[in-house]
Amino acid sequence: MTWQPALGEEWIVLPLLTLLACTAIIIVRMRSLFAAVMLTGAYSLLGASWMLLLDAPDVAFTEASVGAGLSTVLMLGTLALTGREAKAPRQRPLVPLLLVALTGAALVYGTLDMPFYGDPGAPVQRYPSPSYLERMPGEFDVPNAVTAVLASYRGYDTLGETTVIFTAGIGVLLLLRGRPKRNESADAASRKRDRA
Amino acid sequence: MTRSPVLRVGVKILLPYIMLFALYVQFHGDLGAGGGFQAGVIFAAAMILYSLVFGLEAARRVVPPRVAEVFMALGLLLYGGTGVAGLLAGGNYLDYAVFSPHHPQHGQHWGIFAVELGVGLAVSAVMLSIFFSFAGRRRAE
Repeated sequence: MTWQPALGEEWIVLPLLTLLACTAIIIVRMRSLFAAVMLTGAYSLLGASWMLLLDAPDVAFTEASVGAGLSTVLMLGTLALTGREAKAPRQRPLVPLLLVALTGAALVYGTLDMPFYGDPGAPVQRYPSPSYLERMPGEFDVPNAVTAVLASYRGYDTLGETTVIFTAGIGVLLLLRGRPKRNESADAASRKRDRA
Repeated sequence: MTRSPVLRVGVKILLPYIMLFALYVQFHGDLGAGGGFQAGVIFAAAMILYSLVFGLEAARRVVPPRVAEVFMALGLLLYGGTGVAGLLAGGNYLDYAVFSPHHPQHGQHWGIFAVELGVGLAVSAVMLSIFFSFAGRRRAE
């Protein structure tokens, strides 16, 4: 048995995926970085809606808040520091196009071997998720299986992820801090020059 | 900072609900969708919205960058510390069932609660710190 969409669900899924593809193509063809950033936000929001249709509210939630919300703001902050227009490409990008087409074809070829969405015989459905779902009611009074898996069964993974986020924060602070000090010394240098 | 009264009043009305929603997602995450990560991001987004409308300085007065940095480490420490507490209680690292020997389910619930709180603190503090350090930079000449 394969995945049976709920009645009429394809009328939501098809336009959604079409919109996703259109947004991606428009972003690629766009020279204005400001509009491109806003469109990547829209892309994330569409992606979040699609994940919600796949019954993954936790993932959709993350995608909507991080992809559509935070990263858009961070990209806008970066644009304020750099520029709003992309430079026009100097030559026709034939080799990259060939490379992308080849990679895309290889990926599509790879999906042919994948089990259908929602296939109960798929490896991911057979191990280990049923064992989690079977063990959970006895070990937890937490109804959300996703939380139980993330925070307890796979607690080490989540600890690692939190450490990654922490390290990313430290890295950004190290890279972007120290700027005011240099400004101060630059100000002092310019004041010295003014006096001279 | 914007002078538009519509934005200022609109954001003032929205902010408490965004923050309340972040707390709901944080503490209700084990019952419904969401958890520490999403809650931390929503909370940071609320502060970023505040800073976009009322200015970076105003946001820095509410959450000084130094505080955000401390909470970054504190969140991770809370996560790791929960694991160590499990060790001290006689179980394995990150084993929450030992917190409540007679009701392992309660122990699991407490452990998940503490760990998610740690994730939420760390994530919101990291996101805020990244935003502050991006927004605080002047344009490169």
